[in-house]
Amino acid sequence: MPKDSGIGASSKRREDVRFLTGRGKYTDDINLRGQAYVHFLRSDVAHGRINGIDTGEAAAMPGVVRIFTGADFEGVGGLPCGWQVTDRHGNPMQEPAHPILAQGKVRHVGDPIAAVVADSYAQARDAAEAIVLDIEELPAVIDMKAAVEGGPKVHDDLESNLCYDWGFVEENKDAVNAAFEAAAHVTTLELKNQRLVANPMEPRVAVGDYAPGTGDSTLYTTSQNPHVIRLLMGAFVLGIPEHKLRVVAPDVGGGFGSKIFHYAEEAFCTFAAKAIERPVKWTSSRSEAFMSDAHGRDHVTKIELALDADGMFQAIRTETFANMGAYLSTFAPSVPTWLHGTLMAGNYKTPLIYVNVKAVFTNTVPVDAYRGAGRPEATFQLERVIDKAAREMGIDPVELRRKNFITEFPYATPVAVEYDTGDYNATLDKALEVADVSGFEARRAASAAKGKWRGLGLNCYIEACGIAPSALVGQLGARAGLYESATVRVNATGGLVVMTGSHSHGQGHETAFPQVIAEMIGIDESMIEIVHGDTANSPMGMGTYGSRSLAVGGSAMVRATEKIINKAKKIAAHLLEASDADIELKDGQFSVAGTDKSVAWGDVTLAAYVPHNYPLEDLEPGLEETAFYDPSNFTYPAGTYICEVEVDPDTGKVSIERFTAADDFGNVVNPMIVEGQVHGGLAQGIGQALLESCVYDANGQILSASYMDYAMPRADDVPYYSVDHSCQTPCTHNPLGVKGCGEAGAIGSPPAVVNAVVDALQRNGKDVTHIDMPLSPARVWAAMNG
Amino acid sequence: MHNFELVKPTTIADAVAALSGEDAQALGGGQTLIPTMKQRLAAPTTLVSTTGISEMQGVCVDDAGRVCIGGATTHATVAAEAAAHYPGLAALAGGIGDPAVRNRGTIGGSLANNDPSACYPSAALGSGATIVTNSREIAADDFFQGMFETALEEGEIITEVKFPVPQASNYQKFLQPASRFALVGVFVARYADGVRVAVTGASESGVFRWSEAEAALSDSFAASAIGGLSVPADGMIGDLHGTPEYRAHLIGVMTGRAVAAAG
Repeated sequence: MPKDSGIGASSKRREDVRFLTGRGKYTDDINLRGQAYVHFLRSDVAHGRINGIDTGEAAAMPGVVRIFTGADFEGVGGLPCGWQVTDRHGNPMQEPAHPILAQGKVRHVGDPIAAVVADSYAQARDAAEAIVLDIEELPAVIDMKAAVEGGPKVHDDLESNLCYDWGFVEENKDAVNAAFEAAAHVTTLELKNQRLVANPMEPRVAVGDYAPGTGDSTLYTTSQNPHVIRLLMGAFVLGIPEHKLRVVAPDVGGGFGSKIFHYAEEAFCTFAAKAIERPVKWTSSRSEAFMSDAHGRDHVTKIELALDADGMFQAIRTETFANMGAYLSTFAPSVPTWLHGTLMAGNYKTPLIYVNVKAVFTNTVPVDAYRGAGRPEATFQLERVIDKAAREMGIDPVELRRKNFITEFPYATPVAVEYDTGDYNATLDKALEVADVSGFEARRAASAAKGKWRGLGLNCYIEACGIAPSALVGQLGARAGLYESATVRVNATGGLVVMTGSHSHGQGHETAFPQVIAEMIGIDESMIEIVHGDTANSPMGMGTYGSRSLAVGGSAMVRATEKIINKAKKIAAHLLEASDADIELKDGQFSVAGTDKSVAWGDVTLAAYVPHNYPLEDLEPGLEETAFYDPSNFTYPAGTYICEVEVDPDTGKVSIERFTAADDFGNVVNPMIVEGQVHGGLAQGIGQALLESCVYDANGQILSASYMDYAMPRADDVPYYSVDHSCQTPCTHNPLGVKGCGEAGAIGSPPAVVNAVVDALQRNGKDVTHIDMPLSPARVWAAMNG
Repeated sequence: MHNFELVKPTTIADAVAALSGEDAQALGGGQTLIPTMKQRLAAPTTLVSTTGISEMQGVCVDDAGRVCIGGATTHATVAAEAAAHYPGLAALAGGIGDPAVRNRGTIGGSLANNDPSACYPSAALGSGATIVTNSREIAADDFFQGMFETALEEGEIITEVKFPVPQASNYQKFLQPASRFALVGVFVARYADGVRVAVTGASESGVFRWSEAEAALSDSFAASAIGGLSVPADGMIGDLHGTPEYRAHLIGVMTGRAVAAAG
């Protein structure tokens, strides 16, 4: 019987009631008395020298309060980068300044030049059109290889456009090269992991507010991590101590990574609100989002796989160019390195791995983490090259993977991480079963009878989630810790409020987190409320990304609740006149072991706040505890995805006919929410595989800057998903045994789709070994007829 | 969007008068014009809405058997009301955009805009329709004059479109993956005196007739009849979503499918 509450129950998402009935409260719903509006005048050239900005006429236009330019921010900090990567020679990465408004040069289309603050948006926009710019357009550099081979410099004060040249593990390089010399077979693949735009449903919004009476600043912003914004903006940009700065991220309509980062617009609104002593609001248009939200992916990779004659993997060698864009976004340097290189072992016991990454500045929008962040790029190249190797060597792709699987745990990879647990054969077998692979041949024949080419593609993925052990990431260059926090406040009448540093922007925390606490105490889920998204009422936390919230934030909550239970037991022992060691908590009742003496949860909580009969000499009144949890390792969700496609040979159009996901997420708190997270991830992964692409022309103009040309997946682009998470090897190092499920779908699906399309073409006599994503009809047709 | 005046006349004569004002612009369903204005790429002083003009609304059949559609008739209305008379046209109208677009967008607005990827121009050209304006009648063959270019004069509005009804017809649209406009759309109509084939989405010159296919299909109305034909890639659109060669290829594929579906 499925449970109807607590851990393992598919409790309905309580937050959806307000979201689906239009009662959510998003940042754009916040309107403060007397607020002014800002419109950013953005560069329409990719690279140029600012010779003059004449705001005279604009400043005199109706409703204009003040116009800011880069000159107003001299002496103010720039946007900081939160991760310093050290290159293969031991030198720190090149780190350019990132001003709030452009100073001296513009470096990408969308770079903000001036900010017009006015009484209305329309007035601000009208005035922006009256600003006279004198910008000398400079040659732009868009292509990464051109950027490192002497193209125009994006930053005049840096030595070159190379941010860093990273080698991992540098000490293994010679051994890896030797293994390639000795290999019976080497498979090589060059591919691109294309640039994407996250496109959350809610565009970014910021409202800055300043209280002259107290000197307090408040920023309302669309963020996945308000505490991180408070720290970065307060300490590094505006010089506001954290106790004088409050950051609120209320309901947030999706982030997918793009709302992790600290952006110029939110710093501007906070700064300007103080300058004009009025609230200042900015709401991004969708067009602005395309040129100001951090983009994702954009890697160009060559991967080589060395195998022995039996198909056992001997070594992997990769060379990747990773686009940073024009500036370093908050966590950009970590994505192609520590979130990518460390995953190159995949599910396989390859003994030698060398990953080289060259991060490059170009005249494009900054690139940073996007759902999966580095791990999709690792999985894609690995699973594509394995498929190619299987075909070259005449080995079944399932068997080639299976024979190389890691089967003993813990397993230390040659790329610095230790997988605590897993069972890759279990998820592979489950996927083969659920996908009815044995029935593929009949389905292929049926497709052929309709004139369609059917193919089957497989992908086995692993990801590192539950981000992250602070000491470890500190050694790797992180300038932040990655623990999580929770304060559990029990009220006198027994209800609980949990203040968490995690942030829900679609994940369902308000439902899933109470399930955990309800299970621990034995009370109804409805007695527990989750509070998040406001630095004024939750402990310092690092927010939500990297599939970390349940694994790290949930663990903090468990630790805090354990403290609550320990204290409550002491109170119960006093009330029951027993030893606290003898008190048991079950179904919301404290009882003395071996007796029928008991006291209810509510009686204990009331005693804590009305301490008339209470051990005041030994115990403080009240029932509120805080815990910080710092994980000892990453978690390692893994699984197998199988995709079946039909290709229309006349048009090249790909239709996904079946998609199976067998994931091992460890323990599962709410199966329905997990399934929903996988569905969403799959839609984004399929979007990358078939549809989405952010394309620049050679001059740095974005050709896909609206939904007329940027193809988002629609409901009929994705199939019915068969999702299974019954294979569960619980995480060994967090108290819930959970691994995280938010990114798996986006990581695991692109290679499965591409493998399936290549399979369909190969089965029909086309010697196609790879097609770069997105596999649009035009590209597939061109490959078939190439 | 800049401020503008909106007038909503109830007669064609009043609309024409209102359009004589400086920087006045006719507004059908606004499915192209309004987004363009929001982007500040157009800033007419006055918008003259045609949707309140009852004589420009609805679908009927005239004495010559032609399906006559008022210029301000929405795609959804055409999809519903033309189905019994001209199913190929109704199906095309029912496949334009999405329900919101079909409930606002009008046939007159679409033809006057002549977007090279719009569906309606292929039906009008493929049917040999007559475009009726407040001042004259224009044959479809003379109306479409290149991307976003038509025979309409300043201030002239499409009041009605008259479609001769073919014996068989079909429209096949291959979707541009992002916009879902036609990457290539082909309208095929078989009349007693011959077959017409009109292609949208593909050419840098906008909608056009594929005369070789028309000749072949007039001899034999079967997909196999065009098997040996191909359209040259010269002059086809090349963009993110397809090369000129791909679009030229799709014209053949979509024409064959339209013929097969028309039966």
